[in-house]
Amino acid sequence: MRAIQEHYRKLGREPTDVELETFAQTWSEHCVHKTFKGIILYDSEEIDGLLKSTIARVTRELSPEWCFSVFEDNAGIVDFEGDYAIAFKVETHNHPSAIEPFGGAATGVGGVIRDVLGVWGEPIANTDVLCFGPLDYPYEKLPSDMRHPRFIFTYVVAGIGSYGNNMGIPTVNGAIFFDESYVGNPLVYCGTVGIVKKSKYKREAKPGDVLLLVGGRTGRDGIHGVTFASSELEEGAEEIFGTAVQIGDPIEEEKIKRAILKVREAELGSAITDLGGGGLSSAIGEQAHHFGCGARVHLERVPLKYANMKPWEIWVSESQERMLLIVPPSNLERVLEIFADEEVEATAIGELIPERRLEIYYRDEKVAELDVEFLFHGLPRVKRIARWSPPELSEPSFEPGKLGEDLHRILAMPNVASKESVIRTYDHEVKAATVLKPLQGEACDGPGDAAVLKPLRSSWKGIAISNGLNPEYGKIDSYWMAASAIDEAIRNNVAVGGRRIALLDNFCWGNPEKPENLGTLVRAAKACYDIAIVYETPFISGKDSLYNESPLGAVTPTLLISALGIVPDVRKAVSMDFKQEGSCIYLLGETKPELGGSHYYKLKGYLGRSVPKVEPSKAKRTFEALTRAIDAGLVKACHDLSEGGLAVALAEMCFSGNIGAEVELSLVPTSQAMRHDFILFSESNSRFLVEVPPGKAQEFEALMRGIAFAKIGETTGREVVVTHHGKEILREDIGELKRSWQSGVRL
Amino acid sequence: MLVLRGPGTNCDVETAYAIKELGAQAEVVHVNRFIKGRRSFEEFHGMVIPGGFSFGDRIRSGAILAKLLSYSLSRELQSFVDEGKPILGICNGFQVLIEAGLLPFGEVGEPKLALAKNASARFEDRWVYLLRCNSSVFTKRLSKVSRMPVANAEGRVVLPLGEEARMLEQLEENNQVALRYCSAGGEPAQGEYPLNPNGSYDDIAGLTSPEGTILGMMPHPERAFYRYMYPEWTRSGAEGKGDGYAIFEGMLGYIAKKF
Repeated sequence: MRAIQEHYRKLGREPTDVELETFAQTWSEHCVHKTFKGIILYDSEEIDGLLKSTIARVTRELSPEWCFSVFEDNAGIVDFEGDYAIAFKVETHNHPSAIEPFGGAATGVGGVIRDVLGVWGEPIANTDVLCFGPLDYPYEKLPSDMRHPRFIFTYVVAGIGSYGNNMGIPTVNGAIFFDESYVGNPLVYCGTVGIVKKSKYKREAKPGDVLLLVGGRTGRDGIHGVTFASSELEEGAEEIFGTAVQIGDPIEEEKIKRAILKVREAELGSAITDLGGGGLSSAIGEQAHHFGCGARVHLERVPLKYANMKPWEIWVSESQERMLLIVPPSNLERVLEIFADEEVEATAIGELIPERRLEIYYRDEKVAELDVEFLFHGLPRVKRIARWSPPELSEPSFEPGKLGEDLHRILAMPNVASKESVIRTYDHEVKAATVLKPLQGEACDGPGDAAVLKPLRSSWKGIAISNGLNPEYGKIDSYWMAASAIDEAIRNNVAVGGRRIALLDNFCWGNPEKPENLGTLVRAAKACYDIAIVYETPFISGKDSLYNESPLGAVTPTLLISALGIVPDVRKAVSMDFKQEGSCIYLLGETKPELGGSHYYKLKGYLGRSVPKVEPSKAKRTFEALTRAIDAGLVKACHDLSEGGLAVALAEMCFSGNIGAEVELSLVPTSQAMRHDFILFSESNSRFLVEVPPGKAQEFEALMRGIAFAKIGETTGREVVVTHHGKEILREDIGELKRSWQSGVRL
Repeated sequence: MLVLRGPGTNCDVETAYAIKELGAQAEVVHVNRFIKGRRSFEEFHGMVIPGGFSFGDRIRSGAILAKLLSYSLSRELQSFVDEGKPILGICNGFQVLIEAGLLPFGEVGEPKLALAKNASARFEDRWVYLLRCNSSVFTKRLSKVSRMPVANAEGRVVLPLGEEARMLEQLEENNQVALRYCSAGGEPAQGEYPLNPNGSYDDIAGLTSPEGTILGMMPHPERAFYRYMYPEWTRSGAEGKGDGYAIFEGMLGYIAKKF
């Protein structure tokens, strides 16, 4: 505020309402990421830009030649094949989904699809990761103006399905996580993958080029969306921010997509961006800034849903399904024709000008004149304090009970249980390019580790899309939560045959002005650097959503890591279901007494302290060895070990393949002597279960030399049988296990 | 071959791809081009109306695109049909053919039956088994039991209330029931979920016109065109043709012979 006063004192005039609204949008946390770019005092350390000193630093130091565009555009872009590249972006739409779950989630999907259109990309797949309060949350505990988690869950899922299905973009990967801290503030992460043609990726606008607003009309919906996103959800937020939730129209966006792809093919545009947070004010300001020029805009030309909108409302409205194209004047007529053909409104609302200022007119009156330099660099950097001290936690002590019963109960826990009822409401194979689908196995109902797509008709080359999310571990230490999320996203990707992996980070945290919240954020960001640099997996895009708080408190720190890998030949992709009896079952990676935050402890009513850690250099060798074995065609099935550890992974492979297994726990490579139940349920990172046909065992073992691995048993019968030093400790029918797993979450 | 689209059609690319893989030409054309008279159905030997959500499925699935066809293009469409040129409607395309009156009796006009909301009241993406029940130009190359995915919210065939038996008898008499949902072994699903994924009357998954030159089906043959598109290919192999191949092959074979 002071910087703005100072600026206008120098100019010798008062700011207009349009100008003030522009600052409010452009300088919001949502748009500038003040926290990630500011100065943070953490213990005795002064962090000058958390983003650039951790996450972006990985990419800078690795600077792989296959990264085509990172961090700066609407989506990260990596090379694929020839002229083709892949764009990937993940966004959050949390606050809108808390107030209006269907519309909030649907427009979250619509928004991230436009991010991909905004890099001239053709959207080909969606991902979504959702966090809700427990579905059985007692109504008595729910504040009167809050929606029940069951309601939010139902309508968020419906909103996501509706938008993706209507647009014909398959939803191929995701996760659903339940925790009490999400009751007042659900998290809705929406991701979109697209194909970019590098030779058609135009970002070369210049003064004189026309600003073309295309798509839906502008209304009052979505006004103040970004300022809404950048504040805590207080009581009565619904009344204050009721207009902040947008209304989605996927068919409009489908038509826009067609037109934009035609403009792309004909190379008629000089730049493009989506209209998201901040509406026209952000989009035009950012483009002017990027091209080192200014813009003149005539707001009365903007097509409106209804008359009588004030100029500032037009300027900041976040009405959905709108994009900004920048077009050289000589191409304008042809571009307008293309949009008319698709029945999409397209209106020239202004042009770029050489002077570095935004001149905004309404009818003949100048309603704003803003200095682009000041708008983008005038915001004083924030300085914030971060603090972290380890929570006081201890390891529980209890005796092992009936392990078969424990396994059944863990399989039915909502964060482990089958999400099939949700997945089936999403079209996950429209476009006929989803080669490895989210549901796998004999009855097409097993939990796949990652989706594999075949983006081009002309090539067998594919991409693998996966994610990692471990909020439970963050309750112990956000550093190891972040490390685990990276490891999980990567191992899910590697398990199906992915390599050359690029990562995306999405932080959802509580108010960063509280030093404790910022402390856990700093630790998580540091882990991102420490782990990803060793894995040589650059971050290509990311987003932070802070201020995720409601009257019930802040959400537990939640970092989603999304991973995009390359599969050289999709026909060699590996699914997670056991394929045949008599195969060898190998466990790759070391099992440690790491049950802090595990589902086994949770089942027993504990959190514990021994959070799973990551040893990235060892893990990297495991990943590489597995990739070699997959390429050599030795792997029949592969599944990563995550929630519920060895027991859950083994059970899932069995019931998905409709084949039982017998394993001996004393063969499991462990870091030290461990109790048998801990071996069974430890959630140590960087581990895989692999099915290898007996005839290939020798060849497989030769490839595994130098890493921790062991043959722990074989596939046989219709039961999961676990022994420890020959003594049977678990014997369960796979059909019964599947029933438990399928009973946990129902839409 | 014409692949007809309207706003919200979204399976046109893979449908055109399937046709091209068989060596035929396929062109995706917006319905407005025909309405404005810039293009004509006469240019084509066959038509596919692909899946999607034409006009956002407002009013009823497929209704608006169907009305455009039956109102603005009814004469051209009827002569296309009367010349014996084949029309395939997939998913939303099936809904359009029903809403335009073309199915089941091959005459542009009022709808004679309906594709109602699934019994589950949800959109559902699921692979199903199909029993071949006639040998129309589209189905004659199909194996007795085939496998393809459905992905829809409104796929439940509903016959006119009180006249179900009579109409079914008529359809059976004309050999118009092309596909039924069934078990892996080929036993009719008998309404049992999830074999019959939407509660469709008498397990009907696809219908042909009395002449057999128009087929509407809820399952997506273009998504079962090659084996690598199957969910279980990691168990049974990625190479080779899928069941959907035979549908397009039959249609194109008929065109090659007749035109």
